[in-house]
Amino acid sequence: MQVRSRILLQSNETYNKNTVIAGCNLCLLGWASTDVNCSTKLFLVGKLPIYLIVSLGCYGLLMVGVGLMNFPTCPQEALLLQQDITEAKDFLKQKGVDVGSD
Amino acid sequence: MGEESEKNKYSLIVPTYNERLNIALFVYLVFKHLRDINFEIIIVDDGSPDGTQEIVQQLQKVYGEDRILLRPRAKKLGLGTAYIHGLKHASGNFVVIMDADLSHHPKYLPSFIKKQMKTGASIVTGTRYVKGGGVHGWNLMRKLTSRGANVLAQTFLWPGVSDLTGSFRLYKKSVLEDIISSCVSKGYVFQMEMIVRASRKGYRIEEVPITFVDRVFGSSKLGGSEIVEYLKGLAYLLVTT
Repeated sequence: MQVRSRILLQSNETYNKNTVIAGCNLCLLGWASTDVNCSTKLFLVGKLPIYLIVSLGCYGLLMVGVGLMNFPTCPQEALLLQQDITEAKDFLKQKGVDVGSD
Repeated sequence: MGEESEKNKYSLIVPTYNERLNIALFVYLVFKHLRDINFEIIIVDDGSPDGTQEIVQQLQKVYGEDRILLRPRAKKLGLGTAYIHGLKHASGNFVVIMDADLSHHPKYLPSFIKKQMKTGASIVTGTRYVKGGGVHGWNLMRKLTSRGANVLAQTFLWPGVSDLTGSFRLYKKSVLEDIISSCVSKGYVFQMEMIVRASRKGYRIEEVPITFVDRVFGSSKLGGSEIVEYLKGLAYLLVTT
C-alpha cells in the first residue's frame, strides 16, 4: 500500500482528475445535507455510490476518446524502416546470409 | 560514460517463431546501432518450421558465436518461459527484451542504455504513447483496444508507467530474475504483470519514447480471444498485487 500512495503522490494528472471528481461529488453531498430533510439525505447517500461509478465510467470513456484523438503516430518511421531494411539486405547478401523474401 | 560503461554487458533476449527474414535484418540493425557497447544477442527459437535457426547459424558465421547465441527449444512454449530460458544463458549484467520483427527498432537501444545510466533505474521501458513515440500501421480498432486497455489498466492498477503492454524493456539482470520468478500470466498480461510487480516492489522504472511500426514481414499474432484473456489478467492483477 505504501508504494501505491507513493505513486499517487507523483505528478500524474489521471489521479488528480479522479480526485477532483470525487471531491466534487463529496461537496455536492455536503451541500445537499445541510438544508434537506432526512429522507432526501438517505436517498442521496443510497445513490451516491452509483453516481461515483457512473462518473468514473464517463471519465474513463472520456480518457479513451481523448487518448484516441491524440494517439501519436509516426508515418515517417515506416519510410525509415524501409530504408533500413534495404541497407540490411544489401549488407547481408554480400556476407552470404540468405535474405530472400518469404 | 567511459570506464564505467565498459564494465556493463547487455544481453538481448529475443524470442522468435517463424522470423526467418526479420531475424537477419534485426541482427544487422543491432550491430549497426550498438557499435561501442559490449553485448550479446540470445535468440530463443521455438522450433520454427521456416528455417529461422539456419539463418541464425549463417549470422553466427558473420558476427561470431560469442555475440549471437542460439538457444532453441523444441516447440512453442510461451513468452515467459522463453525469457527464463534466455536468462539462464545471459552473461550480461543488463537484459533487454524485445521483439525480432522490427516493430521494436534497435535504433532505440542507445537511448535505453543512456536513460538507465543517467537515472540508475532498475527498469527502462519503451512507451509508444508519449510525444516522441508513436505507432504506425494500426487501424482504428487496434488503437481503440489499445487505448481502452491502457485506461482500464491505469485506473485499476496504478502502475506508474504510460505503456503497460509494451515489451521493449531494459532490466537489470538481478531485477528481472527477481520479478520473473513471481509472474504467472501469459501473453500480453505477462508484460503487464512484470511491470506492475516491479512497481509494487518499489523498483525504479523509467520510460523512453519509442516508435512502433507494425509488421512489415511475417504474419501478426494478435487475435480476438486475447481481449478476454486481457480482462481476466487485469482482474487477477487487481486482486493479487
